[in-house]
Amino acid sequence: MRRFTELIQQLEMSNKTNDKIAALVSYFNEADELDKPFVIAMFTGKKPKRPVNTSLIRQWATELSGIPDWLFAESYHSVGDLSETIALVLPPAEHLTNRKLHEWINDLAGLHSKDEDDKKAFILNAWNSLETQERFIFNKLISGNFRIGVSNKMLVNALAKQSDTDANKIMHSIMGKWEPTEITYNDLVGGAHVNTNSSWPYPFCLAYALEMEPSSLGQPNEWQAEWKWDGIRGQIVKRNGELFIWSRGEELVTAQFPELHFLVDELEDGTVLDGEILSVKDGNVQAFSILQQRLNRKTINKVQLNDAPIGFYTYDILEYQGEDLREQTMAFRRNLLEKIISQIEKKDIIVLSPVVSFDRWEQLAETRQGARKINSEGIMLKKLESLYHAGRKRGDWWKWKINPYTVDTVMIYAQKGSGRRANFFTDYTFAIRDGDKLITIAKAYSGLTDKEIKEVNSFVVKNAIEKFGPVRTVKPELVFEIAFEGIAESKRHKAGLALRFPRIARWRKDKKADEINTLEDLRQLLTSTLANS
Amino acid sequence: MSLLRFTNKGIYCKKGDFYIDPWQPVDLAVTTHGHADHVKWGNKAYLCHDLTKPILHQRLGIDLKIETLPYNKQIDINGVKLSLFPAGHVIGSSQIRLEYKGEICVVSGDYKVEYDGISTAFEPVKCHTFVSESTFGLPIYKWHPQDLIFSQIKSWISNNHDQNKTSVLVAYSLGKAQRLLKGLEGYSSIYVHNSIANLNEAFIRAGVDLPETIRITADTKKEDLQKGIVIVPPALAEGRWIKNLINGSTGVCSGWMQVRASRRWRSADAGFALSDHADWPGLLSAIKATQAEKIFVTHGFTATFSKYLNEIGIDSEEVKTQYGNEEEEEKIEEQPTVKEDLS
Repeated sequence: MRRFTELIQQLEMSNKTNDKIAALVSYFNEADELDKPFVIAMFTGKKPKRPVNTSLIRQWATELSGIPDWLFAESYHSVGDLSETIALVLPPAEHLTNRKLHEWINDLAGLHSKDEDDKKAFILNAWNSLETQERFIFNKLISGNFRIGVSNKMLVNALAKQSDTDANKIMHSIMGKWEPTEITYNDLVGGAHVNTNSSWPYPFCLAYALEMEPSSLGQPNEWQAEWKWDGIRGQIVKRNGELFIWSRGEELVTAQFPELHFLVDELEDGTVLDGEILSVKDGNVQAFSILQQRLNRKTINKVQLNDAPIGFYTYDILEYQGEDLREQTMAFRRNLLEKIISQIEKKDIIVLSPVVSFDRWEQLAETRQGARKINSEGIMLKKLESLYHAGRKRGDWWKWKINPYTVDTVMIYAQKGSGRRANFFTDYTFAIRDGDKLITIAKAYSGLTDKEIKEVNSFVVKNAIEKFGPVRTVKPELVFEIAFEGIAESKRHKAGLALRFPRIARWRKDKKADEINTLEDLRQLLTSTLANS
Repeated sequence: MSLLRFTNKGIYCKKGDFYIDPWQPVDLAVTTHGHADHVKWGNKAYLCHDLTKPILHQRLGIDLKIETLPYNKQIDINGVKLSLFPAGHVIGSSQIRLEYKGEICVVSGDYKVEYDGISTAFEPVKCHTFVSESTFGLPIYKWHPQDLIFSQIKSWISNNHDQNKTSVLVAYSLGKAQRLLKGLEGYSSIYVHNSIANLNEAFIRAGVDLPETIRITADTKKEDLQKGIVIVPPALAEGRWIKNLINGSTGVCSGWMQVRASRRWRSADAGFALSDHADWPGLLSAIKATQAEKIFVTHGFTATFSKYLNEIGIDSEEVKTQYGNEEEEEKIEEQPTVKEDLS
C-alpha cells in the first residue's frame, strides 16, 4: 500500500507526461507481483462492486471525527473529493500497518457477505491504521473511482516500456476481458488471455481536429471524405458465434442496442466493424438529443424503441475472417467493407456511411455547410493510403467540424467552484430574454482565462444582489457568448430547452444586456434541428 | 462590547481613539504584523512591536512615524491600557491586548500555535472578547508537526539534486521565507529573491539572528542555483524566470497545499502544507484558552467557523474586514535573469 501511495503522490506531483511514465515504470518494476494487475484494473476503470455504500462511509467518518453533518458538508464542498475529505477530517491513526494493496482489495471484496456491523468495524480499523495519504487511497479503493490523471494511453506506454512489449499489443490485452484476481502481471502484459477470449476490440483510431486550411493537406485525390456523425463511436465484434458491441469508452454496450443483434447471423466469424451508433428513423439520422434517450439504460421500453430506433453507420473494417486488417490501407479496407455491407439485409439498420465525393477543397467546404441539415457535425478526412492507428496520431485522420452554435446570454447567478476553484466564483448560470423576463438557459464554468475569472470574480463580489447559500444572484450585466453542440427539449429546465455541451466561447465586453438572444430565437433553432430528422 | 467597533476603516477603539490594522488611513494605526493586508500606507502614526518596525520601513518607506513596544509592556492611550503579546505568526507579530475599566479585549491579527523556531511563540491571553482569524477554519486543516514537513522538504530537495533539478521553494517573503531558512539551515546554500533578501537584511540590522543566504543577482550562475536551494515569493512561482533555470522544480509551502486540488491548481511540482496560520485544532485550542465570552471572527471561513463555535457553546459572530489576502497583495519587482555559465 505504501509503494502504491507513493506512486499516486509522484503522479500528482508532476504534470509532465514523461515524469508520470517514469513513475509508473519504476512502480511496475518494484511493486508486489499480485498488486500489479489490480493497479492496471483500477487505472483502466475496471470497477469492483462497491462493498459499502457511500452514505454509510460518510456517516461513519462524520461520527468518528466528531463534527456535525453540515460541517462535513462544508469541508466536502471545499475539498471537492469525498475520499479526500474523509481522509482529512478523521483523527490521526493510532497504529500504522503496512499491508499489501491486493490484501486490502481482497478484504474489501470479502465485505460483501458481511453485515453492517462487521463492515463498520473493518472500515474504522482500516482508517485507524493508515496515515492521511494512505487513507485517501483506501477510500478510493472502496469507491472504485480511481481517476488520477493517468490515461489508458499513458499507462499502456509505461507498461510497454517496462515490459519491452509493443504498445498496441498491450492496449489489446488490457482492453480485453480479464479479472485481476485470475491473471498474473506477466500473463496480462504478455496477452496470454486474449487469444482465448473472443470479445476484445481494437483500440480506436482517433482523429485530430483540423485547425488549418484543408488545402494544406495536399491533393484532394489522396483523401476520402465522409460525414462526421454525432453519435456514439462503436465497434461491432463477431467472433466464435458471439456478437459484442463496444463503445469508445471501452465499455461493452451490447445489451443496450437490441436492433443490432441480428448481425450475429449476418456477419462472419472474425469480423470487426468500426462506425457510429446513431438514432436512425425513416432513413434519416436523428439529432443526438434523440439518441440520448437510449443511452445508459438498463431496460428499454417500446416507446423508446419506437422514438429512437438505432442504426449503425459503419465506415471501417478492422478484422475479416479473423485477420487483422489494420496494416492495410484505408482504400483497401473501404473496398472490402462495401462488399460485405452489400450482402447484409436490413440496410436501414446497418448503413454504409457514405463517402462525400469532391474534386476541389472549395467544393468540399461548400458541401460541409450542409452538415447540420442531416444532423452531421461536419466532415471527416481520412488519407486513402493510411493504416488504422491505435489511438490518436496526427496526420492521417482529421475531423473538420462545422462551427458550434452560439447564443449571447447574460450572467445572472454565480457560485464558488469546488476543489481548486473553491476560492473564486467560477460556476455561472446564464440567461436569455423572454419578453421582459430573463430565463436561465445554461450553466457553464469553462472557457475563461485565469485573468478573466479573477475579473468576473470581483464583479460578482461587488454586484451580488442576493445570497442563497453558496449562490449569488448578480446584476444582469455581463454578456457571454455561449457555444453549444445541440439543442433539445427539456421538461427539467424552465426554458423548456437544454443546450448540449454549453461552454463560454467568449466574454462579450462589447455587448450590453439588452442585446442578448431571446427564447424565441432558440425555439426556432430547435424546430429547425428536429425538422432535419 | 463597548471597547471595540468594527467600522468601514478597520477595528476601532473609541475610548482610546485608535484603530487596529485599519485598511483606510487613520491617525493612529496599531499594527499586529507586517503583512500587506494588515498594514497600509498613509496612516499618520503607527504603533507596533519592535521587530515589526523594520518591516514597515522596508515595505512602506522610511518616512513613517512609528512607535514601538516590546511584548508584555503596558502603555496607556487615553485611559486604555494597551500591551502586545506574541502571536507566533511571523517575526514581530503581536496580539493587541486592550483593557479599560476591567474589560479586556484581544485582537489577534493572524496567529499560529505551533512554535516555528523563529517567531516568538504564541501566548494565549485571557480576555472577555477575542478577535480571531479563521484562515484555515475547516476541520480538513490539521497540520503535521513542522519537523516532519521539513524532513519531507529535505528529501524532496535531495531527490531533485539526484535528478539534476533546481529546487525552487515558493514562500511569502515575510514569515514563511525566514522559517524555511531556519529549518533548512546548514543543509545547502540558500539563494533568495530580492524581496526576501531585503527583508532579511532589515531583520539582521534589527538584531534578528538569521541563517546566511545569497541574494540572486544578474551575476548568479544557474549551475550554482542548481546545486543549492532557491526561495522565491509566490508572484514569481509561475513566471518565465523559473523556466529559465536548469530543470526548475517548484515546491509551494502553504497551508492550502493540504488539499490535492490546490496543489494541482498551483501547478507546482510539489506542495508542502507548511502554514503560519493556526490549523483547526489550533484555532479551537487558542480560543478556548482565552476563556473569552465573545469571539469575533474576522477573515477566512468566517461563517462556518463562527457557526461551529456557537454550536459548541462559544458565543461568536462573523465580522466583515478586508484581511485575508496576504499572498495576492504582495507586489514583487521582476528578478534579473540568471546568466548561463559560459566558462
